[in-house]
Amino acid sequence: MADPMRIRAQAAGDKTTVRVLMSHEMETGQRKDASGKLVPAWFIQEVTAQLNGKTVMTAQWGPAVSKNPFLQFVVKGAKAGDKIAVTWVDNKGDKRTDEATVS
Amino acid sequence: MNARRKMLSDSARVAVALAAAGWLPQAAFAQQAGAWNKAAFDAKTIADLMKAMGGATPAESKDVTLTAPDIAENGAVVPLGASTTLAGVKTLLILVEKNPNTLAASFEVTDAVEASVSTRVKMGQSSDVYAVALTADGKALFAKKEVKVTLGGCGG
Repeated sequence: MADPMRIRAQAAGDKTTVRVLMSHEMETGQRKDASGKLVPAWFIQEVTAQLNGKTVMTAQWGPAVSKNPFLQFVVKGAKAGDKIAVTWVDNKGDKRTDEATVS
Repeated sequence: MNARRKMLSDSARVAVALAAAGWLPQAAFAQQAGAWNKAAFDAKTIADLMKAMGGATPAESKDVTLTAPDIAENGAVVPLGASTTLAGVKTLLILVEKNPNTLAASFEVTDAVEASVSTRVKMGQSSDVYAVALTADGKALFAKKEVKVTLGGCGG
């Protein structure tokens, strides 16, 4: 199971900046290991962000996104105490959800 | 070109052809969470990608902003941001033209978030980077910038 994400959501006025740091290898499938075999691709395909249980943004990622991906987006109308949840699903079907409170 | 690469590019071409013929419900497919848009991520060129996304030919626009460094020392971690002031944007794409697959990431935004996202991507070599905004009325607008990479992020 993958390591937890680090999520920080900071409100400034009616805008909340959410920064997410995920822990994932993001293997492209183009790299070769020491014996010359291709390392199979392993990367996050879908990311979903929810505000208080309502989906506000979804993303589809390719293998070009960096290892241990960083994501920043701005949510409108969130208040301190609201819950931001971020879920990712990778190409092996693994998934992880983490939640943070807007401060 | 080895067999695997050929197979991949052939299947991408078939998928694009199918999409063009209207056999795949491409527009709905791209919007639906839970369905990764394989055709779009397999696209090797911007023209192929726009076909796969079902969008129009992109036009350059001042209303789309791409945040990218002039020089990236490490191609494995290049911070990129895409944002737009346009109303009615439903999808933001981040493209790296000379990567093996052009599309790096796509973000479907709703009314509850600003059309502004940043992330980090890998770049194999110096290349033009595009931020593309697809609007609800079918327009595609982009901003581009050249990013020079000192150390490539693929393989090595």
